Amino acid sequence: MIEVRNLVKRFAEVTALNNVSLQVDDGELFGLIGPDGAGKTTLFRVISSLLLFDEGHVEVAGKNPVSDYAAIRQMIGYMPGKFSLYQDLSILENLRFFTAIFKTTLEENYDLIKDIYVQIEPFKHRPAGKLSGGMKQKLALCCALVHKPRLLLLDEPTTGVDAVSRIEFWEILKRLKQQGITIMVSTPYMDEASLCERIALIQQGQIMGVDSPEGIIKTFSKPLFAVKADDFYSLITDLRDWNEALSAFSFGEYVHLTMRSESSTAMQVESYLFSRNHSSVSVKAISANVEDSFMYLMLKKEESQ
Amino acid sequence: MIHDTQYIIEVENLVKKFGSFVANDNLTFSVKKGEIFGFLGANGAGKTTAMKILCGLSHPTSGKVKVAGYDIYTQKEKIKQSIGYMSQKFSLYEELTVYENFRFYGGIYGMTRLDIQEQTTQLLSRLGLSQYRNRIINTLPLGWKQKLAFSVAVIHRPAIVFLDEPTGGVDPITRRQFWDLIYDNASRGLTVFVTTHYMDEAEYCNRLSIMVDGKIKALDTPQGMKSGMGCATMQDVFVALARN
Repeated sequence: MIEVRNLVKRFAEVTALNNVSLQVDDGELFGLIGPDGAGKTTLFRVISSLLLFDEGHVEVAGKNPVSDYAAIRQMIGYMPGKFSLYQDLSILENLRFFTAIFKTTLEENYDLIKDIYVQIEPFKHRPAGKLSGGMKQKLALCCALVHKPRLLLLDEPTTGVDAVSRIEFWEILKRLKQQGITIMVSTPYMDEASLCERIALIQQGQIMGVDSPEGIIKTFSKPLFAVKADDFYSLITDLRDWNEALSAFSFGEYVHLTMRSESSTAMQVESYLFSRNHSSVSVKAISANVEDSFMYLMLKKEESQ
Repeated sequence: MIHDTQYIIEVENLVKKFGSFVANDNLTFSVKKGEIFGFLGANGAGKTTAMKILCGLSHPTSGKVKVAGYDIYTQKEKIKQSIGYMSQKFSLYEELTVYENFRFYGGIYGMTRLDIQEQTTQLLSRLGLSQYRNRIINTLPLGWKQKLAFSVAVIHRPAIVFLDEPTGGVDPITRRQFWDLIYDNASRGLTVFVTTHYMDEAEYCNRLSIMVDGKIKALDTPQGMKSGMGCATMQDVFVALARN
């Protein structure tokens, strides 16, 4: 559905996208994972035909976003990161506006948006600007869906959204995928990556890896331990001081400790911490998650630079 | 409880109504000096409303609120002098240099030029960014901007700093470095009042409250909350409370 090869986009002296290549298959739920400023929005704007690029090759459903922009705009639904609906129009008026633009009716594709729309329907006469964050997000998704797009582009739909609404939003995405819509979604929340079929990790305009979440995790080749002790702050500073440690990052109530040597053991970590007078020490060997892998790749990239 | 001086924020039966809508429904909680206090809640639960009141920007409908020993009804200006505020959305002037930002905010708080210079020198050296004093903000990496925004928010030596989703959208390494900065400042006696949607960050707070539909549904240490509700993680605690 999406084919991007060696894409480069520069803004004056800043290279926003630096040789980006990725492919999104038909019907796939694809995640673009990376922090603010990584280039996620720029990539969305290129794919949705809203931004010209400097180098490379981009195809969306076999069409070129520069020459065939009209065809692409017909078949995509794009939800920008910034709320972009008409604040002074009501929920219903915004929806009618989008159906009119795409020469369709609310009734025609009602099945597609029904699950989401019923949740905001009680407020359908309220101006969009007066809705809560979660409701705005649902309305924006409805507006992106009313013309039954083949490809849905969602730029950080869950940023600033609470943990419960985020779970609900991903359930909605799964249902849309089942209806055959290809979805490309970006997020700065690493825990959401595991909900995608494949993900691209992006940082400073470069793709650090494209794979299934399991495949990305496999690139994490070092021993990883979850460590806990009474004094959390001195635990993390002591681990960072240790030559054997590659990195020590806080993860909730644990420190995730990555060791340099393949043969490191939990015993070795324990005895080091006892030598530093830590109490209630617990060390468990664990497998990495996407966030561990992302930080590991960031450190590897910094080292190679 | 309300007159105990170990507490720097004291809230008793706080109610805030907008017309018939009750945004804050009888909130009672207190924050200790030097504590990292997490203020969590679902979207629309009333966190922002309560934060605005604590910062002296909005008036409660009823209830007692004291911040840094000052009364919210009669001493709003004193409160504003005693607190710092940082949000992810707006913090630094991108076209000004690092020092100009410090000077601007220091000036707003009525600090003398000499005091501003001394504080800037000290805060920058603590961040290891002294050599970037004259750099324009928009040429700096996001992670540095976040740390600078925090330092700017505490230039006038406030007793409390309010951090409104300070780590939203930040990369995972920078996010953790930011929490190192929070710990470092709390260990120097600063009280930190912080909101976040990252549930792993909830674990880093000394104590936290979770708001649902205008009410505080839980208030405890992360450990106490998890064991009290029989949950393995703060994510589970949050989902259980917010879904009920």
